Amino acid sequence: MIVTRGLTKRYGRVTAVDAVALRVGEGDRYGLLGPNGSGKTTLVRMLLGLVYATSGEIEVLGEPVPRRVLRVLPHVGALVEGPGAYGHLSGRANLSYLDAAGPGGSRRGRRARVNEALERVGLGGVDNRPVRTYSLGMRQRLGLAAALLRAPRLLVLDEPTNGLDPQGIREIRDLLTALNAAGTTILLCSHLLTEVEELCSHVGVMDGGRLVLQQRMDEIRSPTGRTEIRTPDADRVRALLDGQVEVADGDRLLVRTPDPAELNARLVRAGARIAELRPERRTLEQVVLAVSGPGSDRPA
Amino acid sequence: MIATELRTMVRRPRTWVSLALLCGLPAVVAAFLAVTGAAPAPGQGPAFLAAVLSNGTLYPAAALAMDLPLFLPVSVAVVGGDAVAGEAAAGTLRYLLLRPVGRTRLLVAKMAALTAYVLLAVVAIAVTSYAAGAAAFGTAPATAIAGRDLVTSVSGTGLTTPELLLRIGAAMLYIGVCMLGVGAIALALSTFTDAPLGAALGALAALVTSQVLVTLDAAAAVHPYLLTRYWLAWIDFFRDPVLWHDIQRGVALQLVYVTVALVLAWANFATRDITS
Repeated sequence: MIVTRGLTKRYGRVTAVDAVALRVGEGDRYGLLGPNGSGKTTLVRMLLGLVYATSGEIEVLGEPVPRRVLRVLPHVGALVEGPGAYGHLSGRANLSYLDAAGPGGSRRGRRARVNEALERVGLGGVDNRPVRTYSLGMRQRLGLAAALLRAPRLLVLDEPTNGLDPQGIREIRDLLTALNAAGTTILLCSHLLTEVEELCSHVGVMDGGRLVLQQRMDEIRSPTGRTEIRTPDADRVRALLDGQVEVADGDRLLVRTPDPAELNARLVRAGARIAELRPERRTLEQVVLAVSGPGSDRPA
Repeated sequence: MIATELRTMVRRPRTWVSLALLCGLPAVVAAFLAVTGAAPAPGQGPAFLAAVLSNGTLYPAAALAMDLPLFLPVSVAVVGGDAVAGEAAAGTLRYLLLRPVGRTRLLVAKMAALTAYVLLAVVAIAVTSYAAGAAAFGTAPATAIAGRDLVTSVSGTGLTTPELLLRIGAAMLYIGVCMLGVGAIALALSTFTDAPLGAALGALAALVTSQVLVTLDAAAAVHPYLLTRYWLAWIDFFRDPVLWHDIQRGVALQLVYVTVALVLAWANFATRDITS
């Protein structure tokens, strides 16, 4: 769906995006993580033809961007850096204006399309109040509805749950999961780890303009080959497993072993008391923190 | 896109407030004149105002003369400056482009809406001031020469009412073209900034500079190229016969300004990073 090669953007002497090779496959739920100022938004803007790259290539839906961007965008729904709407118009009027502004789409089906989009994001019962009276969460939902107009094949969402309450976040996550199951590819930018962890099948991490990690979620969270043990007999266990213990921290030990079950049996046979034993899995947080530095909004 | 753009303009409260202000000034002046009956002496105050007391049909010309120096160009500059920068400030520019609306297309639609606004404003001023003039001063002929209903032209000869209306229409069109020059400059500046006010102020700066230089003899060398140099040529429509020289130059000059501004706007907007 999205392929970039050596994608670079410089603003004067600042390199905002540096040689990024992004690869989003059809049907993926791709989560792009990174601290503020890491280049996520600039990257997304380049994918959508809003910002022009200094060098490198972009392909979206098999077409080169920005050269053929007008052929790509009708199949893309996007929410970039917060929703935008005319404050003096109602939510419904905003959507039908946006629907009318683009190419294609019959005038007669417009009302139905707008209503369906509003329904999907939970704004089905909205009245004719102007958008300037909306709460932050309602604006965010309206922005999502605008992205969903015309049933796009690719959704590019930058911080889609900004300003939503936990219930709303849950609703949006369920909505995105359902859309993805129906075949929509999703590229989600966020600095919220949990959001990406719970929704995404693939993860990319940006740091200082570079894409420092790009991996499947199940690979990230696969066992590391070490086993974590908690035991009151820490010294005894260390003696038993001479050389295999990589980290010892009070009653907590990390042991390098290919087979946790065998390790467990061996320790129990030796009479060591084991309070807890499990294969070590890294959390997404650990992985992200390991590959990224401090955000650029925190000068060193 | 042009149709949607026009529709948003019509639905925007600002459009109607600015039109009400533009039409309100001549109406207020008409009310004062009708009550006091004290017109400025000929040759003083806004053009034509001295003549309207005796015949209200000429009042649209007086109204245009009142709105032309400042009120009309300011409102056109505000609308033009808001065209792209206003969308950027509201955060809607990126969503329009993502719809997708091509960048060139968006500019064309914005220029079309601006043109429509200018026409709407000029027509609204003419119609309301005609009504105000007729109500306040009546439509009696000013000087009856040979039994015909005549209004005295600037040159002193008489004009029949249909002829007068035709000339008012032509003058309105001419002023509309003049306003497009300011509007296009504001539109061009509007593509350079995300602050609508900045773009409007920039266009007004061009306007004021031109108006100052036009009155400065030392700047005579550049007078023929100044934005406002031929704005007052619309008065020539009320001469008998019509004095075409300045009008033609004025139209040509405005077209040059509009063309240069639009090319600049397009060249910048089509290649610019949208970071708003």
